[in-house]
Amino acid sequence: MTALANSAGENPRPHQALAHGRVDAMAALRDAGITAAIAFGLFLPLIGFQTTVNGENALILITRWPLLLAVVAAVGIGRLGYSVLLEPRLRQRAMRPIATTPSALRTFVGQWFVPFGIAFVAAYPALVLATVGFSRSVKWIDNFGIQILIYVMLGWGLNIVVGLAGLLDLGYVAFYAVGAYSYALLAKTLDLSFWVLLPISGILASFWGILLGFPVLRLRGDYLAIVTLAFGEIIRLVIINFTALTNGYAGIGGIPRPSFFGIPFNADDNGFAAVFGLPFSPVYRVIFLYYVILALALLTAFVTVRLRRLPVGRAWEALREDEIACRSLGINTTNTKLTAFAMGAMFAGFAGSFFATRQGFISPESFTFLESATILSIVVLGGMGSQVGVAIAAIVMIGGTEIMRDLDFLKKIFGQTFDPTQYRMLIFGFAMVLIMVWRPRGLISTRAPSVVLKERKSISADLVKEGHG
Amino acid sequence: MDVFLQQLINGITLGSIYGLIAIGYTMVFGIIGMVNFAHGDVFMVSAFIALIAFLILTTWLGISSIVLALLIVLIVAMLFTSLVNWVIERVAYRPLRGSFRLAPLISAIGMSIFLSNFVQVTQGPRNKSIPPMISGEFVLFTHNNYPVTLSYKQLIIWGVTAVLLLAFWYLVAKTKLGRAQRACEQDQKMAALVGVNVDRTIATTFVIAAALAAVAGTMYLMYYGVVTFSDGFVPGVKAFTAAVLGGIGSLPGAVIGGLLIGLIETMWSAYFSIDYKDVAAFSILAITLIFLPQGLFGRPDVEKV
Repeated sequence: MTALANSAGENPRPHQALAHGRVDAMAALRDAGITAAIAFGLFLPLIGFQTTVNGENALILITRWPLLLAVVAAVGIGRLGYSVLLEPRLRQRAMRPIATTPSALRTFVGQWFVPFGIAFVAAYPALVLATVGFSRSVKWIDNFGIQILIYVMLGWGLNIVVGLAGLLDLGYVAFYAVGAYSYALLAKTLDLSFWVLLPISGILASFWGILLGFPVLRLRGDYLAIVTLAFGEIIRLVIINFTALTNGYAGIGGIPRPSFFGIPFNADDNGFAAVFGLPFSPVYRVIFLYYVILALALLTAFVTVRLRRLPVGRAWEALREDEIACRSLGINTTNTKLTAFAMGAMFAGFAGSFFATRQGFISPESFTFLESATILSIVVLGGMGSQVGVAIAAIVMIGGTEIMRDLDFLKKIFGQTFDPTQYRMLIFGFAMVLIMVWRPRGLISTRAPSVVLKERKSISADLVKEGHG
Repeated sequence: MDVFLQQLINGITLGSIYGLIAIGYTMVFGIIGMVNFAHGDVFMVSAFIALIAFLILTTWLGISSIVLALLIVLIVAMLFTSLVNWVIERVAYRPLRGSFRLAPLISAIGMSIFLSNFVQVTQGPRNKSIPPMISGEFVLFTHNNYPVTLSYKQLIIWGVTAVLLLAFWYLVAKTKLGRAQRACEQDQKMAALVGVNVDRTIATTFVIAAALAAVAGTMYLMYYGVVTFSDGFVPGVKAFTAAVLGGIGSLPGAVIGGLLIGLIETMWSAYFSIDYKDVAAFSILAITLIFLPQGLFGRPDVEKV
C-alpha cells in the first residue's frame, strides 16, 4: 500500500525507499513489486480480457495475457526507475530554498522568447516550403500551423475569462460554435464576404457571452465551471436538434471560402494563381489562411496586453485575486465579469468564423465538450494568465496529438496492426494529469505585474496566492 | 394515468442508478471540495468490468443460475472499480491536494479523457451488447389495453439500491469510519490533530464512491444490456446534476436528487420531446445552481473574509 503513497513524495516516512540521497535497493524493489501487483489488479479486467463479437454476433472473450504481463512489467520497471533515478533528484530539489525571483537564464529567455517566437511563426510557411517542398507543405502548414494557431487563439481568448478574470468557463466552445454557425449561415444566405462577417460573428458571439454571463454572475469556482459546461452542452444539443436552421448532425457544407481581396483561390482564369502568373496549387490558400489566423491570434494577444493596462483589465485581475476586496473597493463586479465574458466570447466568435471558412463544412461534432476541456486545459497547463505559456501549451498539446497522427515508424516496432492515432487522446488525457501533477500552476507560472513602479520584475509562482473566487 | 404510472416506474429505476453515482460526487465534493470529473467514466469502467465478469461466468464457467452470476458480477465489479478509483486518487488527485484550486479539476478532466479512451483502445469502439440477463415482468394492471408493468430487472434495481443505501447509511452514520469521514469533511486539519488518518479516510471515500458507482454500472448493464466507452459522460453529468439538486455534500440529497432527475427525464421524454431530454437535465442543473445553489438539502455556503 505504501508504494504509491511514497510517490507523492511530500511527507517523508522512515521506511521510505530512500534516505538522505542513498538508494535502498531492497525497498525500491519491494515498492516496484507492490506497484506491479496493483497494476496487475488494475489492468486484469480491461487489458487481460477483450470483448469481441464472434461469427454469430454474440459477445465472446479473448485473453491477452502477454500484453497484460508486458504492461504490468512496464509499470513495475517504471516504478523501479522512478525510485532509483528520479526520486533522489526530486528530493535534492525539494531541499533548495524557494526562489523569490526567477534565475538569470530564465529572465534572459523570457526577454527574447516573444520576438524570436513571432519571427519564427511569421517565417514558418517559408521555412516549411524550403524544407519539405511544395507538395508536402500543405499538410505541415494546415495540420500543424493553422490547427495550432486556432487553439492558440482560442486559448488566448479563454485566457481573458479564466486567466485574467478568474472565471472558470467549461463551455467556451459554445461561443466558438456560435461564431462558426453565424458565419456559415450568414455567408450562405446573405452572400456576404468573410471580412464583413468576421466582426458580425464576433459581435453575435459576444452577445451570447453576455446572455449566458448574466445568470451565472453569482456563481464561482467549480459551480461556475459546471453551469458553463451545461450551457455549452445545451447549445450543442440545440444545434443538433434544431435541424430546420442548422441541419443537425449532417452539418452545413459548401461554406464560402475566403478570397484574396476578391481574387478566389481556385484553378480558374481569374483565380489567384492565374492572376499572379503562378502554377495552380492549393498551397496558396493554405498560406493565406495561415496568415489570417496568425493575424487574428496576434490581434487577440495585442488586445489582451493593452486591456491589462486599462482600468477594466486591472479590474479583471483584481477580481481574480479577491472578489470581496474588489467589491469593497467599489469595482462594479457585474460589469467586470460581463465584459470578460463578452471579450472572451468575441475572440471565440472570430476563431469560429475562421474555422468555418477554413473547413468549408461544420457540424456539431466539432463543438463537443472535449473541445472546451482541451481549450481550458491549454490555458491552465500554460499557466493561467501567461500568454506565452498558453501558446507553448497549445503547441505541446495540439502539436503533440497531431504528430501522433503520422508516426508510421511505430508500425515497424509494434507490427502492422498497430495504429498510433487511436492512442492520441489516451496520451492527451494522461499528459494533462502528468503536467498538472508536475506543475500544478502550469508551465509558466510566474506573473508579470501590469503596473510597475521602477522596473519590471516577474513574480515567482511560489509567491502568487490566488483568492478562492 | 397509465402512461404516467409506467413512466414513474421507469423514472424511479433510472433515478436509482443516477442516485448511486451521485453519492460518489457528493461524498468526494464534501470531503475534498472537488468535482470529481472522472466519476462518470469510473461508472462506465465499472459497467465494462461487470460485462467481462458476466461473460467469464456465463460463457466460460457455465454458471446458469442468473441470481448467483449477478451477485458475483456485482462483487467483482465493486472490488475492481474500487481499486481503479483508489489508484486514480493516489496518482491524479492526492499530489494536488492543497494545491492551486484549478489543478485537481484539470487533472480530473484529463483522467476522464484517459479512462474513456483507455476503454476505447482496449475494448474497441463498438457497442457491447449482451442478451437480456433477466426477462419477465409483473403486469400491475391493464388500462385501455396498455399494460403497466414492473419488470424483474426494475425490481432488482430497486431492491439492490435500497439495500446498499441502507448499508451505506449505516457505514456513514454509525461506524468509526463514517465518523472519521464526517470529521474530515468539517475540518481536515483538526481531524488530523485528533488522530484521524486523513489520507486514508479520503482514499476510503474514493473507494466507497467507486463501489457505489460499480453497483450503478452493473445495474445499468443489466437494465440496458449494452454499454460503450462513451457512456460515462452524460450519466456522469446527470448524476452530478442530481448531487447539486439535492445539495452537494448531502447524502440523502444525492439520492433524492437522483430520483428527481430520473423522473424528470422519463416524464420529459414521455410528454415533451425525447430529443431534448438531455437539454432538460442540463437546464435543471443550470437553474438549480443559479437560483438554489445550496440545493434542496445542502447547507448554504457561508462566505468568510
